[in-house]
Amino acid sequence: MPLVTKGPKPSQRKRRRLVMILSAMAVLALAAGLVLRALNDNLVFFMAPSDIQAGKIEPGRQFRLGGLVAENSVTKAADGLTIQFIVTDLVNETPVRFRGLLPDLFREGQGVIAEGRLDESGTFVATSVLAKHDEKYMPPEVAEALRKSGKWEEGSAGGDSP
Amino acid sequence: MMHRFANPTRFVRLADRMLPWLFIVTLGSFAVGLYMALITSPPDYQQGDSVRIMYVHAPSAWMGLFGYMVLAGASFASLVWRHPLADAAAKASAPIGAAFTGLALLTGSLWGQPMWGTWWVWDARLTSMLVLFFLYLGYMALWSAIEDRQKASKAAAILALVGAINVPIIKFSVDWWNTLHQPASIMRQGGPSMDSAMLWPLGIMFVAFNAYYAMVLMWRIKAELAARKIETLRYNQAARQEGPAARQEGPAARQEGQAVLEEGS
Repeated sequence: MPLVTKGPKPSQRKRRRLVMILSAMAVLALAAGLVLRALNDNLVFFMAPSDIQAGKIEPGRQFRLGGLVAENSVTKAADGLTIQFIVTDLVNETPVRFRGLLPDLFREGQGVIAEGRLDESGTFVATSVLAKHDEKYMPPEVAEALRKSGKWEEGSAGGDSP
Repeated sequence: MMHRFANPTRFVRLADRMLPWLFIVTLGSFAVGLYMALITSPPDYQQGDSVRIMYVHAPSAWMGLFGYMVLAGASFASLVWRHPLADAAAKASAPIGAAFTGLALLTGSLWGQPMWGTWWVWDARLTSMLVLFFLYLGYMALWSAIEDRQKASKAAAILALVGAINVPIIKFSVDWWNTLHQPASIMRQGGPSMDSAMLWPLGIMFVAFNAYYAMVLMWRIKAELAARKIETLRYNQAARQEGPAARQEGPAARQEGQAVLEEGS
């Protein structure tokens, strides 16, 4: 309290408070950093096909699979509802089967996140599919011009950070 | 030096001079920004016209974060230097920041449904933003739960500083972890990944939101200082009626209010 007249001078008390608060915040930041590091695997929203390849997922476990829909991989089954496509992280691929409604942004070359589990054959059976959009924004004409001039980087259009 | 610029009287004088200009800037940039964002700016190559939600969503989210940075910075100054203006600024920033954070969550949800296919997911960005909203609510609740102003200010300031750890987490959540939310488009290495036809309206909207925030913040600080003056005047009046004995035993809050009064006179 600034009104107490005993003890150290006000300027000393201010410096002591400053040091104390700064060190408390440093310790807190360190603690938060350690907690986040420890929780790292749980904070990840989705796994990539390479994570499956690396054996990070026990069979039968429910998880989210993220990546790009591979070009020319989307096929519709005879019943007209079930669709199959391949999710790729440009290194490894996982086939996906899904029965249900797809979001508007779902298309080949676009990022998706599917939730479900792997069956015995290694196909990912999805219960829901979400579309992921990238951080790029441009008018359609600009996108068209980029494609024409060959400056379009396919694959990065899905923009998945690793 | 701190005290030269943080003097309440000087602040009120400065605010009174700036407020009309801020009002004009807010009104003008909102008119131009909204017109460009909703009418003249092009649709997105992927998202079509839904991209227009971005012109409200991104500045709201930014103001939610900025409001918290002001809140935490002012709380820090209030704890270390015990300055009444820093205290008032922290308290004034909370409801504005909370409203912007709520708006960001709401518009994000409305945008997520057509684009992603879901209103809400528990990914790192969305969750940390929700935590920010709750931090604001907790901060305001703490202020109104504790009667003694000095105690309330101290407790709330500590909460604000503890919560400040969430700010970098929100910002970098999209880089550190896989999220459904896309990475940053504006503040990123290699410059904005947005066409200039969209970047301009977004920039003007940012100006509008910032000017609005500054304007309301100044209003609220002025109101807070005035409320403290009234509180002190009332207290002194009551003390005078009760006699000099009660005056001397008054709580510290009265004396602090007295200091504000004297600086203000």
